[in-house]
Parts: sequence; structure tokens; C-alpha cells
Amino acid sequence: MAAMRRREGKPVSQKKTEISEQTVWMLAIRDNRDRAAFCALFDHFAPRLKGFIMRTGCSAHQAEEIVQDVMLTVWRKAAMFDPHRAQVSAWIYQIARNRHIDVVRKENRPVPDELAEDPGSEPDASQILAVEQEAGKLKQALSSLKPEQREIIEKAYLGELTHQEISTQTGLPLGTIKSRIRLGLERLRHELKGMRE
Amino acid sequence: MTAITHHIPDAMLAAYSAGSLPHHFAVAVASHVSLCPTCRVTLEAHQSVGGALLDATDGVAVSDGMKADLLAQLDAPAPNIAQYTRQGIYPRPVVEALKGQEPKWKTLGMGVRQSILSESKQGSVRLLYIPGGQAVPDHGHNGIEMTLVLQGSFSDETGQFDVGDIEIANEDLDHTPIADEGEPCICLAATDAPLRFNAFMPRLLQPIFRI
Ligand SMILES: [Zn+2]
Repeated sequence: MAAMRRREGKPVSQKKTEISEQTVWMLAIRDNRDRAAFCALFDHFAPRLKGFIMRTGCSAHQAEEIVQDVMLTVWRKAAMFDPHRAQVSAWIYQIARNRHIDVVRKENRPVPDELAEDPGSEPDASQILAVEQEAGKLKQALSSLKPEQREIIEKAYLGELTHQEISTQTGLPLGTIKSRIRLGLERLRHELKGMRE
Repeated sequence: MTAITHHIPDAMLAAYSAGSLPHHFAVAVASHVSLCPTCRVTLEAHQSVGGALLDATDGVAVSDGMKADLLAQLDAPAPNIAQYTRQGIYPRPVVEALKGQEPKWKTLGMGVRQSILSESKQGSVRLLYIPGGQAVPDHGHNGIEMTLVLQGSFSDETGQFDVGDIEIANEDLDHTPIADEGEPCICLAATDAPLRFNAFMPRLLQPIFRI
């Protein structure tokens, strides 16, 4: 423990400095159980999560309980975070939606088998950066939407539209997520090939 | 393994990610995603959209002391919740619904069997076991029906479905799926309402057999 503590706060590696600070924090949490990084991640995401959850009509109190569970899951399941496939916000978004549904509907949400990153694998900075760049483009595309369009998209991703409503109303920003999908497929093909070898 | 050719529509993956699909369909989607890299990355792309929206949300300050509370919990052991993983042909969501046990099959006649995984007023999820060459009992359905092949294959008026393929049918499709010759076809079937099996027994008996 003491040895681990001493590693706190140090950058994960020089190479990763171009990578967003959120990802650097998350990797420090995953690889070094770094509490300082966890605090930084909390300061960034906890208020956003609370605001996001309250938009569905949850009380401030209930939203905070969910935020608490989500952040605890982030700490406990950090080993499942794979920056080659998801940026931190995407990973936390899914944890938050899952937890919200568990709480509100009192049911256990079914989730797919996990594809864990090979523990020995070296981080591939170019892939991580590519994922982040795609996320940046996505953010830009979302911010350029008209307010009413954006509102519908937000409703969809807050779980307030059925799939029929999503397919008829939103005009999902598919153009912008398509390159993200191509990128993901390439990585996945690469991983599956590795698994077969 | 042949390539999966029948996938989940995009809007349904978005709804799954957001959590707005009812439970029975979420089981089918999570099971297909477990088997299908294509839908997995599409799902991940939707998670990115959700993440971008989350990141752009105006924050609401959290209570004083929340962070300290949380930090105090980090060293506590995580609660021991059973973690299920794929077992044989069954992906994790199915194993979870079975609570890690083997399916309990009930005979429906003609060698066809079923094992109900969950049932509610909203819909149901079951496993179906159909011997090669045998038709899935002729049925109509209310609302949507999702059928995911876990073993063997079946064919109907719309095409052939192999392991990993998912057929999504609405009430307009009056189809007759037939298990292809060879090993028995095992499917996961999620429906909005109880299936009506027309060919096998009078409707009156159906509540007894829960089909
Ligand atoms: Zn698919």
C-alpha cells in the first residue's frame, strides 16, 4: 500500500501527456489506485452527473445517491476501463444509466459479456488519441445542433424516448458516430485476432 | 462460425444504451451484443454520444461532505454480488437469468421444449429448443418479438438465421420458422406479450403451460 501511495500524483507516463486529463486520471485510478486522481475525476464528473440525472426528474437527494453509487463503481470496476475503446465520459455515462435504471425500476439491468483488455497489453497512445479525437468531433457536432434537435437527442440518451420514438423523431447524429464505429470495429477486429492467436 | 448477418436496429441499440427498452428486450439486446462485435461497437458509439452529452451538461454542485463520504468508502470491500459470465452457448445475460443453473426444460410436444426465464405483464423471455427439421409452433404475436439463435439455425419466409443472428418481427409478420436439419436449434425469444401457439393445443390450455 505504501509503495502504491508513493506513486500517486505522478503522470502515468510521459507519452500520455497529450491524452486528455480525464483519461490520465482514469488510468491512474485503474493502474495505481490513485486517490488524488479519483478526487480530480469526482470534481469533474460528480456535478455533471447530478445535473444530468436531475434532468430526468429525479430529486437532488436521489440524484446524489446515484452519483455516489456511480463513482464507487468507477473505483471498483476501474479494471474494466479500456481507453482504446471508450473515452471516460462514455464509460461513466453507461454506468450512470445502468445504475439509474436499477434504482428507479428496481430491476437488475442485463449487460453484455465484458471484453476485458488483456492485462499485459501496452497502451497504444495513437489509438487512445484517435478515440478522443472522435469524441471531440462528436461533441462539436452536438453543440452545432439546433436547440430543439439537441433537446430530442438529450431525451433519447436520458432514456425518455422509446426506440420507435428514437427512430422516428431524433435523426440520430449517425453521420458523426459512423467514423467512431469504424474506429471501434478496427480495434475490435484487432483484439479478436489477438484472442484467436 | 459464420458471420452474423441479422443485427439490432440502431434506434434499438440507442434505446438499450439509454435504458429505455423494457427488460425482456434488454435481455435479448445484451445477449446479441455479447455475440456480435458489430453491434458492440455501434453500442459503444452510442455510449460516446451519451458521454458527450454528459460532459457538456451544466453541473449542479454536490453536497458538502459527499466526496469525503465517498473517499471513506473506497477501502471497504465491495459487496459480494454474483458475477455471471458466458457458459457454453449461453451469453452472460442468459446465464444471469438462469442464475447460473442449467435451463429447466418443459416439453411442449413434437420434441419442442421451452424454459421461461422471466415473465411479467410487459413481456417475457424464454429459451426455445426445437429439433432439427421441426417447425417452431405456428404462432402470432402481439407487439414485437425478438428471436436470437444460440445453437443450430432456423429459416423462415424472411431468410436463414444462424448462431448470433437475431430476428426482430412485429405483429405484421405471420411467419413459420423451421429449425434447419442437424443439431437442435436453441433460441432466446423475447416477446411483448405471451406467445400464442396455435398449432399445439387449444388456447384454453395455454395459461396452464404458460405459453
Ligand atoms: Zn449485431
